[in-house]
Amino acid sequence: MDLKDKLISSFMAFENNVDVEHPVHDVRMAAIKNFEEKGFPSKKEEAWKYTSLNNIQKIDFSIFPKEDNALEYKDVKRYFIHEIDTYKIVFVDGIYSSYLSETTHDGVDICLMSAALTKPMYKQVIDVYFNKIASKDESLTSLNTAFSREGAYIYIPQNKMPKKPIEILHFSTGNEASLLLQPRNLIVVEENAEVQIIERHQSLTTNEVLTNAVTEIFAAKSAIVDFYKIQNDAPTASLIDNTYIDQKDKSHVKVHTFSFGGKLTRNNLNFYQNGEFIDSTMKGVTILGEKQHVDHHTLVHHIEPNCESHQDYKGIYGDSSTGVFNGKIIVDKIAQKTNAFQQNNNILISDKASINTKPQLEIFADDVKCSHGCTIGQLDEDALFYLQSRGIPQKEARALLMYAFANNVLSSVRIPELKTRINKLIAKKLGVNLGFDL
Amino acid sequence: MAYTEEELKKELETKEYEYGFYTDIESETFPNGLNEEIVIAISKKKGEPEWMTLWRLEAFKYWKEMEEPEWANVHYQKPDFQAISYYSAPKKADPNKTLDDVDPELLEMYKKLGISVDEQKKLQNVAVDIVMDSVSVATTFKKTLAEKGIIFCSISEAIKEHPELVKKYIGSVVPKRDNFYAALNSAVFSDGSFCYIPKGVRCPMELSTYFRINQAGTGQFERTLVIADEDSYVSYLEGCTAPSRDENQLHAAVVELVALDGAEIKYSTVQNWFPGNKEGKGGVFNFVTKRALCEKNAKVSWTQVETGSAVTWKYPSCILKGDNSIGEFYSIAVTNNYQQADTGTKMVHIGKNTKSTIISKGISAGKSQNSYRGLVQVNSRADGARNFSQCDSLLMGNECGAHTFPYIEAKNKSAMIEHEATTSKIGEDQIFYCNQRGIDTEKAIALIVNGFSKEVLNKLPMEFAVEAQKLLEISLEGSVG
Repeated sequence: MDLKDKLISSFMAFENNVDVEHPVHDVRMAAIKNFEEKGFPSKKEEAWKYTSLNNIQKIDFSIFPKEDNALEYKDVKRYFIHEIDTYKIVFVDGIYSSYLSETTHDGVDICLMSAALTKPMYKQVIDVYFNKIASKDESLTSLNTAFSREGAYIYIPQNKMPKKPIEILHFSTGNEASLLLQPRNLIVVEENAEVQIIERHQSLTTNEVLTNAVTEIFAAKSAIVDFYKIQNDAPTASLIDNTYIDQKDKSHVKVHTFSFGGKLTRNNLNFYQNGEFIDSTMKGVTILGEKQHVDHHTLVHHIEPNCESHQDYKGIYGDSSTGVFNGKIIVDKIAQKTNAFQQNNNILISDKASINTKPQLEIFADDVKCSHGCTIGQLDEDALFYLQSRGIPQKEARALLMYAFANNVLSSVRIPELKTRINKLIAKKLGVNLGFDL
Repeated sequence: MAYTEEELKKELETKEYEYGFYTDIESETFPNGLNEEIVIAISKKKGEPEWMTLWRLEAFKYWKEMEEPEWANVHYQKPDFQAISYYSAPKKADPNKTLDDVDPELLEMYKKLGISVDEQKKLQNVAVDIVMDSVSVATTFKKTLAEKGIIFCSISEAIKEHPELVKKYIGSVVPKRDNFYAALNSAVFSDGSFCYIPKGVRCPMELSTYFRINQAGTGQFERTLVIADEDSYVSYLEGCTAPSRDENQLHAAVVELVALDGAEIKYSTVQNWFPGNKEGKGGVFNFVTKRALCEKNAKVSWTQVETGSAVTWKYPSCILKGDNSIGEFYSIAVTNNYQQADTGTKMVHIGKNTKSTIISKGISAGKSQNSYRGLVQVNSRADGARNFSQCDSLLMGNECGAHTFPYIEAKNKSAMIEHEATTSKIGEDQIFYCNQRGIDTEKAIALIVNGFSKEVLNKLPMEFAVEAQKLLEISLEGSVG
């Protein structure tokens, strides 16, 4: 039985475990119908031209994991930003781990999707926001919607800011030979509120894991959201991340994506600017080796006038890795005075690595400033020579240049401990120890 | 006294397509529809040898299995391929006639368009192979060219007289089954130009062909084949205007360029087919496949000025097969009213140290949609490949759209690829500056547009540059936003 059929038949088993009377279940039913119609995307579709899901579909994934997967904090400590105090929402094999987590209801709600979807006190928020910005058309998002039950739920009321950043961690223990996870997150940031979120998916063994995540973020008027995605998973873990962001007047949302690992990573990052004077920023650093594949798909839809968007993606590709960048900017007819910038720079350091990029502009308004730049090249030989002539070994000199290349993206990370952590990850990925922090 | 924008708009709305007239020449036209018999009949009519007939039939077989492509960012009523007549020839045409024997009515038409064959012959040193509704009517300067060993004739003549060259190269760059329109063209092409430059010869004049669509309801399917042998050079011009018509006319041409070792081909196009009226009715569908093959040290340069056609679907490409070969693409695409253009280029780097440059300028006005779609592909063995692309769009008015779809695929670590694109409009301050100095708004726009497209206009041969500049002005009139 192929994966699609298995998923569709599992939906009935899934229905036994959720409240089918709840209005959310109608949403799930519509979503499974859409998935049944469309199935997994194939390479024939323009959006999936460079990423094939054929191999993934051949794996016999467990859809409902066993429930007794305890982890000791000391074993997974290194995956947390343990240098600072944070709120933590931790899932082990898709199941909430109250032991590892630290949630709160003190002024803000930092808790679970399963609670939000069942308890009456959250009904109002769920009615207004759940599945409102996520695509009802895209098949993998629909698949997640159909099985949506667990994930992070974050609600920041007007003028509030949580005392510390929030970490969302998904561990997979490898108790199943191959596991499919479908976390569903909802983040609502009301007027004038602010939040910082760090998200990470981590597989603890070399068993196959596929995560098909959907995150909906709503940033109300003047809200500020900082979202950091760390993707440094095991070489057998695949991730399809679908993030949808709805922004209102004067809100600022920044999403940083750091892709250093995993077998196949696909990031669908969609910004919808439903207001004026909005600022949307998406930045990414991708450093790949082996046979890794990362596909960044961004969309910024400028719907109202006077907004800005900034994109900056840097990629370094070694070994037989493949990278894809597809950035789409749509400027509607009424979205005059839009400023949209997009930058994508890539370095190929191996003969077998390849990069496919497609920066795409669709512009219907005339009074706009839109630009994109895209380069593919190598490290500057002269700069390398300069460093070497001053006694820096070649390997370190190369690493230093790559740091410099990625630095633009790192400079806007607002949590210093996180920045240090990312720097360490980069150093490790490049196999050097520079002996200082950048 | 400077007139107001309102007045200007009114005047321009009533302005008819300048070159929209229809010359009445008795034509021999095939019945509508397409089947194997029609393909055989076309081939017979043109007195082609058997291998050509079989070649056409094979292409027709592929075409039947193919579907019309839908990926382009254009929307139109698909043509009914069975409602088109696939052959029409001016009756009095005779390829052996000299210029003096040409139908005076035809010559009159060219005069109206401002192209006097005589004058060009004398003054501009241009040999003109005129294609009017598919059959080559007059060829000049043949003798001068023949002395150098250059063959410049209609493709049907070449099939008969130089079968070895045609057989070897036709379909070698654009295979019969390359795409839907190329397959259609391969099956039913009526005529076109053939050009062969022998080894080491530098063609002494700009070769030029003027295409016109004249007969109502006849599609035009030209086939152009240019072969530049080792170390030769040729500059080829192609320019088009078409009479005003109500129903959509289909144009599916195929252009193949072969640049052998060390050869250089410069191919320039000015395209000004009927774009439809201001309600978006009528206009030519232009679905063209143009491709060049570059061998070692060869260079191919495409320059195009696209102002006409209701729907354009055109991607002049370069296959940089040989080491050190160079591909260039310079384009200006202007769309106004309801025109739609999806155009760009493909640069495929296969050989080592290959270079390509892409400069594309899109100008959209009125309710038009203008897309740039390009591919830069660096294969794994193309060491030292270099590409520079620049796509700029200019928007005039708030009802048009400009789109960019650049695909960049790199599989070699030594590749250097740069791509940049911008979209903007003509600044009010720029217009104001001109107005202040006594330049009226319309002229100011022309001035700014000229500056915007200068990089491309500069690449055109002199005779064309002037015409192209005029075309830009005509196409953009009435788009003052």
